[in-house]
Amino acid sequence: MLKNRLIPCLLLKNGLLVRSELFSIHQVIGNPVHEVERFSQWSVDELIYLDISETETYDLRRGDTKVKGTDDQLRILEEVSCRCFMPLTFGGRIRTIDDIRERIQKGADKIAINTAAVETPSLVTEGAKMFGSQCIVVSIDVMRHPDGRCEVYTRGGKKPTGRNPAEWAREVENLGAGEIFLNSIDRDGTGQGYDLDLIREVTDVTRIPIIACGGVGQYGDFAKGIKAGASAVSAANIFHFKELSDRNAKRAMQKAGVAVRI
Amino acid sequence: MPPLVGVIDYRMGNLKSVANAFAHIGADVRIIKDPEQLVDVEKIVLPGVGAFGDGIANLRALGFLPFMEREVFQRSKPFMGICLGLQLLAKTGWEHGRNKGLGWIPGVVRILAPSDERLRVPHIGWNEVVFRPGERLFEGLGDRKDFYFVHSYHFVPEDPSVVTGECNYGESIVASIRKDNIAAVQYHPEKSHKSGIKVLENFVRGLTD
Repeated sequence: MLKNRLIPCLLLKNGLLVRSELFSIHQVIGNPVHEVERFSQWSVDELIYLDISETETYDLRRGDTKVKGTDDQLRILEEVSCRCFMPLTFGGRIRTIDDIRERIQKGADKIAINTAAVETPSLVTEGAKMFGSQCIVVSIDVMRHPDGRCEVYTRGGKKPTGRNPAEWAREVENLGAGEIFLNSIDRDGTGQGYDLDLIREVTDVTRIPIIACGGVGQYGDFAKGIKAGASAVSAANIFHFKELSDRNAKRAMQKAGVAVRI
Repeated sequence: MPPLVGVIDYRMGNLKSVANAFAHIGADVRIIKDPEQLVDVEKIVLPGVGAFGDGIANLRALGFLPFMEREVFQRSKPFMGICLGLQLLAKTGWEHGRNKGLGWIPGVVRILAPSDERLRVPHIGWNEVVFRPGERLFEGLGDRKDFYFVHSYHFVPEDPSVVTGECNYGESIVASIRKDNIAAVQYHPEKSHKSGIKVLENFVRGLTD
């Protein structure tokens, strides 16, 4: 029987690891290369690294300021992949087939595509054809408006697209995506739990696995995401600010009757 | 001297993770871009992330086929296929149309079509593999362990006796196969934590006594 997956999501911004709130406040929590070893030993099922840098800028807090943003992203990926004996998804500013190929060759197992999937849908199809559907994860950032309506955003949660998340999810499945990483902009960093209605709406109309993200504040939130239909549950902040969060999260899922790998 | 393991680079693989895992267990691992280098290695690994048709086309275009066949069949070097590297052993693959495979282990590769609507495709994640007794690759792992799978297609052998491990995904599917010095796993040992590392260690130690 297939186990439900627990997947920490690690956010990189201009070469540093950050915690995020509402997609707009980013608090620096460390140097990713130094922290890699710790994440690789977590008893979790996969890792997702998302580079949310908006520009290829230098970060002045680093000593090696001659390193450009993109080169930095690849260097971080290399460091991560040689210590990570679990599946690794890498995303952020992926625009071309060559971007995908380069990251796979540096050790990524799957590539997350967000803005480019909306702007160049053929990238999803071509990527799936070339590397297999299972390699292409379409990341969908969703804003729930005050009137309850959900809308897909791109460009790091800044650009509204007018698209409905369930319809877009169906479309990316048809384009060839192997998985969907579904994140809630308005829940990000709030600790209110997942947007369970959103998870239900999207999982009801798709057959590919959905990874839920956005809003986890307590260990109990993970099992709720699975019960709403997600195949895997992800979170970021909870893994940085609580001790033994990986094991405790798994135990809480198991206790709630979710099949997990212990 | 640790054995020299050659990982075939046919522009399809998650090469780095496979090479990293072998390096982690102390093997001397070499990424093989030039088919002639297969002559120098003691063990051959065919990894793979990607589509069947592209995989076989790349192996052919890069000139690997005659060298692989000579090293595996005439020189009897231990061979391990991983994921797409298992599927390519089949005679025929049905991913994006019909494609001819290596044909080393008779069988076909078909899309997963679990009858249970709730089971999604691709089959992604940790699933329990039940081993058939006697396979050297699984020594020290008991009779079953969880491994990490990522695939939309699966191998259906002509001769069921080649199957060395199975898992359940709506129906029983092939998790590993073995014929003489050719072993292959559908899951990713390099991504399956301790259990996967153990499988790679067993391969490095030797498929036979």
